[in-house]
Amino acid sequence: MLKILKYSIVDLLRSRWSYVYFAFYLLLGYVLLFLNNDINKAVITLMNIIIVLTPLIGTIFGVMYYYNSKEFTELLLAQPIKRSTIFIGQYLGISLSLTLSLLLGLGIPFVVYGLFKSAAIFDFSLLILVGAFLNFIFVALAFNIALSNENKIKGFGFAILMWLFLAVIYDGIFMISLMMFNEYPLDKFSLFATMLNPIDLSRILILLKLDISALLGYTGAVFKDFFGTNLGAILSLLVLCFWVAIPLLRINMKLKKKDF
Amino acid sequence: MIEIKKLHKKFGKLTVLDGLDLTINQGGIFAILGPNGSGKTTLIKSILGMVVPNKGEILLDNKSVLKKWNYRNDINYLPQIANFPANLSVKELIAMVKNLRPKPSNEEELIQLFGLSPFLKKKLGNLSGGTKQKVNLVLTFMFDSDLIILDEPTTGLDPIALIHLKNLINKEKEKGKTILITTHIMSLVDEIADEIVFLLDGKIYFKGSVIALKKQTEQDNLEHAIANLISKQYA
Repeated sequence: MLKILKYSIVDLLRSRWSYVYFAFYLLLGYVLLFLNNDINKAVITLMNIIIVLTPLIGTIFGVMYYYNSKEFTELLLAQPIKRSTIFIGQYLGISLSLTLSLLLGLGIPFVVYGLFKSAAIFDFSLLILVGAFLNFIFVALAFNIALSNENKIKGFGFAILMWLFLAVIYDGIFMISLMMFNEYPLDKFSLFATMLNPIDLSRILILLKLDISALLGYTGAVFKDFFGTNLGAILSLLVLCFWVAIPLLRINMKLKKKDF
Repeated sequence: MIEIKKLHKKFGKLTVLDGLDLTINQGGIFAILGPNGSGKTTLIKSILGMVVPNKGEILLDNKSVLKKWNYRNDINYLPQIANFPANLSVKELIAMVKNLRPKPSNEEELIQLFGLSPFLKKKLGNLSGGTKQKVNLVLTFMFDSDLIILDEPTTGLDPIALIHLKNLINKEKEKGKTILITTHIMSLVDEIADEIVFLLDGKIYFKGSVIALKKQTEQDNLEHAIANLISKQYA
């Protein structure tokens, strides 16, 4: 597996897109720090961007890599290597190189700006951690979609739709349902519904830690009320782990029956 | 020795292999022929474990290979379409495949043979189709395995490379290896194949030597003999 991992990372590190992504974060970091002129405020702005953008990039990279390396994967499949080793290796390769771009792209400007001397270092680390989780989750979801769809266009379509649903539409439906059924006690329901969306979950995790009640929104408020800050954070991290593990298990199951 | 027993494979509603039985003894060149979509590639990929059959058994040297992966160390496979990661150089790709297969290899000799030395440092994405196919051939022939499977090996090759390929195949045969080839180039089959395995409707329709086939179909030209077999499908 380490061999496959190494080669997909080398392959990705040479691709132009990894650098575009890295440069984008670098630019974003500098611009945010310049505009906010304060690390704490920059971290909050950054959160809103990371939570929407990392899933999108993870999804697109995942699907694109899968379809682009299809013939190469076939070459690997004819070698004496286990199927799951090949795909998990590739999966880790993409997720790790995306996380590296995120870490370096944002890390450099913040460190230059004096992150280590600031109190925001924990918040910043949490932000990167959540960004890494979102990378791993959405690349895994993208692999699931790509494995189930032979047709490239269809696969891309479903993947973008999934991102759109989780990043935008889900919240909309959530709000509407809360308004429609506001006569009923919905605390439990909204808690549960938050767990079902890794993007919402990440947002709440960060906001709980940053302790900005104004930005918590309804779900966040319920969450905080129910669990308190620490338990809530631990619980949401745990659920994020599930969000990585379950798609990975499905990849493994799908691989056993898949024809190449 | 390859033994295939009652192999079934369906893709959705389309039945590709329908209870196929085939035994191939060690040593010799076997041409797997058949009309488009007759299941040649599916058969090969089932042997390699890339396609999962619905029913049936595949034995290599009396050992079942289904759901296993170690046995692939003893098979050299040339895929139909040569497409490699565009960001790797030829040299790196060869090093990588060598790294993945723990056995001795003689890539230097093959690189010389196909004149690939000037391309070693080039990125695979910048190579022409024929050159990629040559790289593909190097990757296939650089290991010493008892079973060699070639899926359309002649695609995009220039005449000189083609002659080299034929020599290579014959050399491997002399070492007592089993070589399976699918191709649509009948002259190649006529020239090198010891036996023909003809697939039709997911079954083996004919298995025997080129001479036996010509005799059975009462044709003295292989191309016509094969056309004769295929035309029965349309009749």
